[in-house]
Amino acid sequence: MARRRSKKRRAAAQHPTSGRRAKATDAQTLARIDHTAERVHETIRKGRRPDLALPVRALSNVSYDAARGWLEIGRQRKVRTLSVNTVKNFAQTLRMMALSKELIRNNDFATKREAYYISKNWDSAKFDEQIESDTVMDDIEALFSVDGVAREQLRFYPEEHGGSVSGPLVVIDRDATGREARIDCTAFGSGAYSVPSSVEELRFETSAAFVLLIETGGMFQRLQSHRFWERANCILVEMGGVPTRAVRRFVRRLADERGLPVYAFVDCDPYGIANIYRTLKVGSGSAAHVNRFFCVPTARFLGVTPQDVVDYQLPTHALKDVDVKRARDALRNDPFFQRHKPWREAIEQLIGMGVRAEQQALAKWGLNYVIDQYLPRKLEQPERFLP
Amino acid sequence: MTKARRAATAADLARQQREISVSEFFAKNRHLLGFDNPSKALLTTVKEGVDNALDACEEAGILPDVRVEIEELAEGRFRVAVQDNGPGIVRAQVPRIFGRLLYGSKFHRLRQSRGQQGIGISAAGMHGLLTTGRPIAVTTRTGKRSPAHHFEIVIDTQRNEPKVQRDETVDWEVPHGTRVEIELAGNWRGGQHSVDSYVRQIALANPHAQITYLGPGKQPAEAVVHARVAGELPPATAEIRPHPHGVELGVLMQMFRDTAARNLRGCLTGDFSRVSPRVADEICAAAKVATSRRPRDVGRDEAERILAAIQKTRIMAPPTDCIAPIGESLVERALRAEVKTDFVSATTRRPAVYRGNPFLVEVGLAYGGELPAEEPVTLYRFANRVPLQYQQGACAITRAVASTDWRAYGLQHPKGALPIGPMLLLVHVASVWVPFTSESKEAVAHYPEIVKELRLALQECGRKVSGHIRRRRRESEEAKKRGYIEQYIPHVALALQEILGFDDRERERTAKSLALVLERTRRI
Repeated sequence: MARRRSKKRRAAAQHPTSGRRAKATDAQTLARIDHTAERVHETIRKGRRPDLALPVRALSNVSYDAARGWLEIGRQRKVRTLSVNTVKNFAQTLRMMALSKELIRNNDFATKREAYYISKNWDSAKFDEQIESDTVMDDIEALFSVDGVAREQLRFYPEEHGGSVSGPLVVIDRDATGREARIDCTAFGSGAYSVPSSVEELRFETSAAFVLLIETGGMFQRLQSHRFWERANCILVEMGGVPTRAVRRFVRRLADERGLPVYAFVDCDPYGIANIYRTLKVGSGSAAHVNRFFCVPTARFLGVTPQDVVDYQLPTHALKDVDVKRARDALRNDPFFQRHKPWREAIEQLIGMGVRAEQQALAKWGLNYVIDQYLPRKLEQPERFLP
Repeated sequence: MTKARRAATAADLARQQREISVSEFFAKNRHLLGFDNPSKALLTTVKEGVDNALDACEEAGILPDVRVEIEELAEGRFRVAVQDNGPGIVRAQVPRIFGRLLYGSKFHRLRQSRGQQGIGISAAGMHGLLTTGRPIAVTTRTGKRSPAHHFEIVIDTQRNEPKVQRDETVDWEVPHGTRVEIELAGNWRGGQHSVDSYVRQIALANPHAQITYLGPGKQPAEAVVHARVAGELPPATAEIRPHPHGVELGVLMQMFRDTAARNLRGCLTGDFSRVSPRVADEICAAAKVATSRRPRDVGRDEAERILAAIQKTRIMAPPTDCIAPIGESLVERALRAEVKTDFVSATTRRPAVYRGNPFLVEVGLAYGGELPAEEPVTLYRFANRVPLQYQQGACAITRAVASTDWRAYGLQHPKGALPIGPMLLLVHVASVWVPFTSESKEAVAHYPEIVKELRLALQECGRKVSGHIRRRRRESEEAKKRGYIEQYIPHVALALQEILGFDDRERERTAKSLALVLERTRRI
């Protein structure tokens, strides 16, 4: 009986492809868990060994889908058959799914750390280190990603949440008690709104013209406290290094649902380009199975570009060996950069210059030079931003 | 200002020059003989006594029954008594055997025996005399019909001559045999260099002997008896002539000068082992020297050519009856009797030759059981069945063990050191003349031929034990996996129950079914 009902639910659910609601509903997630458990149970009853086919999560199984604009996971599957060697992992995976089902039923969540502590009740199946439970979570996420189920739908939340937001944006949210809250992101004084771990249920009202993502907290503070968002009519988002999944999803929904252009303002170095910006725009190799949710394909690179370093005569630091290696690696192995000639040229230029420059280096020309000169001048010609 | 020095004349010097007595020399250099310190002196005294006892019994064809007693008379003062059931010693010989250094029957022949130079027991007696002033006491009886004699002997170190202090006939219940008692200043210690360890090892290497051991402070009832494992004596070993391979030029020329043979062919066939007339002709032809040459007339150039020809000629290995190995099966049985282990194996190599002397290597190996797992392996070294307890680092045996790749056989092995694991190695080098690094006979010299044989024997035992180690590891792996299955299957069933909501009976059925599936596929 349970089976029939779950099938009906799946059929009733919307196929998760459209941009607006790309993600699975609770019903779909539950159906997925049940279906997997049923298949395992059936196989055992027939006296055979059950297996789980997990997508291979590595750069080798990733390609850049230019039409859709993200790194897409390939077809490689790693079939994990239940055997003596995999029985512990199998037991842990199934118990984790059971935990997820319970969380959905109770409309609750567990942080990754909390889930790790819950496993301490599982006797010999407990996890010794959190890295083990995180890996099992990622496995389940990858297993279910075909159906649009991400870790947040499984109700496992990361510890760190997103960056800070400021600007003409009202976020409509509900807390755990179900009460609705309207959050005005212009009303935080010298502070800012902080992106929650799960952004799927948020709704937005905004009059902004674009979203400006900023790498460092220092630069965000300057722009925020000088009300740059007012002058430029934009939403400021602080990434704090590589943006978290929540920040990426938050900006993605703003871009998709409100049609806002997204510009990134990061340091001019291989890390800012190949890690921060690349992950923001097309996703990461290791989480390729969920990139289609957690990336912002419309994002463009405002600066600091290698050419800016020349044009604005910015103070620089020499590139370290790891920087050069990272840059060459991007040219050689990263399908995104390989696809875009302007990027290849910019990275070559950076390697040729042998130096890097931070976004805060603009302070050389005066503390508010970035507000009064650099950004306005840049924003006049968004078509010249790097792809 | 310097005082004018008066030059010594040859006559003056001649007045100062006199013969140094061997005894006097060794009294001043007793470290060369293994009496460097009190604890070692005690061990060496026991050792020399037991060596002599075993050799005496074997030569007379008697299964040895040796008793070792150590009594602590006062702080730092011991009486060592070693008694055997050997043939006894003819009365007239007793003073010379025990009261004179370098007197014996063993030095002048190429034959496998424990002692080689004949300085051992008298040196022990002398050490006792020097440290306590007490003579060496010997009781001996040659047969039921003869009376037992009791002697007390001191050595005149100036003249290397015995001085008999007492010589009397006594009543002794032993039908034949010898008892030697020496009082000495010594020191009791435990561990690798202890007398306890020595007795254990000598029993291992001499499974045909019964060794009874009464340590200091023990009642007679507490004596440790290492029972006889083999009911037969090792085969009697023959004296041999030198083998041509490995004879050096100087020795060869000396032999040509000293030979009684009238021609080269006669010398080669008569003074060397394994040289037939045909082989002798072959050597001479290759050396372009007439077989009829008088050996005494052979010049240096010719001798060199003959030596080169010898090296190129295929000559049979030296006769094996001159060396008596303990034998693989006896080594294994002795190891089983001595240590509680799961695995024992032994390898006895065929005799090989170094410098014209045949030698043979055998290795016994015990693994597992109560041996300590996390420590370097226990290495027992033997030369002609005598344990070597000192200078382990300088010994060719140690080097051979350390340079064998034990990792290939499943043991931990730090580079250049002994391997680590629950293993005991017994390594025995038997030869008509074991090359030691020094007179105290504690380490075997590094002849390449010996090291090679050692390594081959060790590798053979290593291969045998590696199979055992692998099997053990597989078994424990298997047990671990079985435990694994039993541990985690309930969780698989429980998780499925939590998700799918079936009842407890279905959960148990699922667990059982899964256990069956895994059991069935496990061995594929």
